[in-house]
Amino acid sequence: MVKVNGMELDIAGKTIAEYLATTDFDPKRIAVERNGDIVFKSKYAVTVLKDGDSLEIVSFVGGG
Amino acid sequence: MIPSENEWMDALIARHGPELHKRFSSATVAVCGLGGLGSNIAIALARAGVGKLLLIDFDHVDITNLHRQQYKADQIGRCKTDALAENILEIAPYTKVETVMARITEDNFADILKDADIVCEAFDNAESKALLVNGVLEQLPGCYLVAASGMAGMDASNTIKTRKITKRFYLCGDEVSDVSDTIGLVASRVMLCAAHQAHAVLRILAGEYDV
Repeated sequence: MVKVNGMELDIAGKTIAEYLATTDFDPKRIAVERNGDIVFKSKYAVTVLKDGDSLEIVSFVGGG
Repeated sequence: MIPSENEWMDALIARHGPELHKRFSSATVAVCGLGGLGSNIAIALARAGVGKLLLIDFDHVDITNLHRQQYKADQIGRCKTDALAENILEIAPYTKVETVMARITEDNFADILKDADIVCEAFDNAESKALLVNGVLEQLPGCYLVAASGMAGMDASNTIKTRKITKRFYLCGDEVSDVSDTIGLVASRVMLCAAHQAHAVLRILAGEYDV
């Protein structure tokens, strides 16, 4: 299982890009943290999620 | 009469103590976007005695800014960088202020921000926020980043919070109130979020990394 924003999901084995494609997250508005470190945007397609990984996806909204 | 620099620094030392004052006054903090967030962040940091502020914006002061941003009616039409620098120097005359009137892009941010100890993301647009956050965290490994998301509308004050996402990345706001889904930005709530960002900066400079 992979924890995403606090929820346990059965997505181990997928890449971050594959997981994101199944969600409503807009790739142009997010930053992704995995196990304490930021994931480079260029690595979304090659970073394979492992059992026990913890992801935090920050999705920005407008205003400032 | 404006106090001398020595009088000014002595007054800050009397408030903050010599150790904190040294940490604040030797810091360089970049503020990216000088709207409701950035103009308030910059003024809070200048008052606290942050040594050098790098102010970045491409825009001019507009009448629609004045309900929440730290500009004055007679500054309408001026570059935000110049107007805010002027206001900061009236408040805290010994702050070193450097301005860059430019739109931050993937190609120029690393060069503009290379000397900053801490970068404040204070943009309006969600995609610009994400671009700067990812860019700083990927390409400026020595830098802390304090970003904001979700401060529009009239929701309660206490929904605005600061979270630590990684060792170097702090996020302030309620993370949901999009400006396009609300009545827009309200001075007090934007100031709350800006105060969270400014205080996160001062805590990092103080060596206090928890939230």
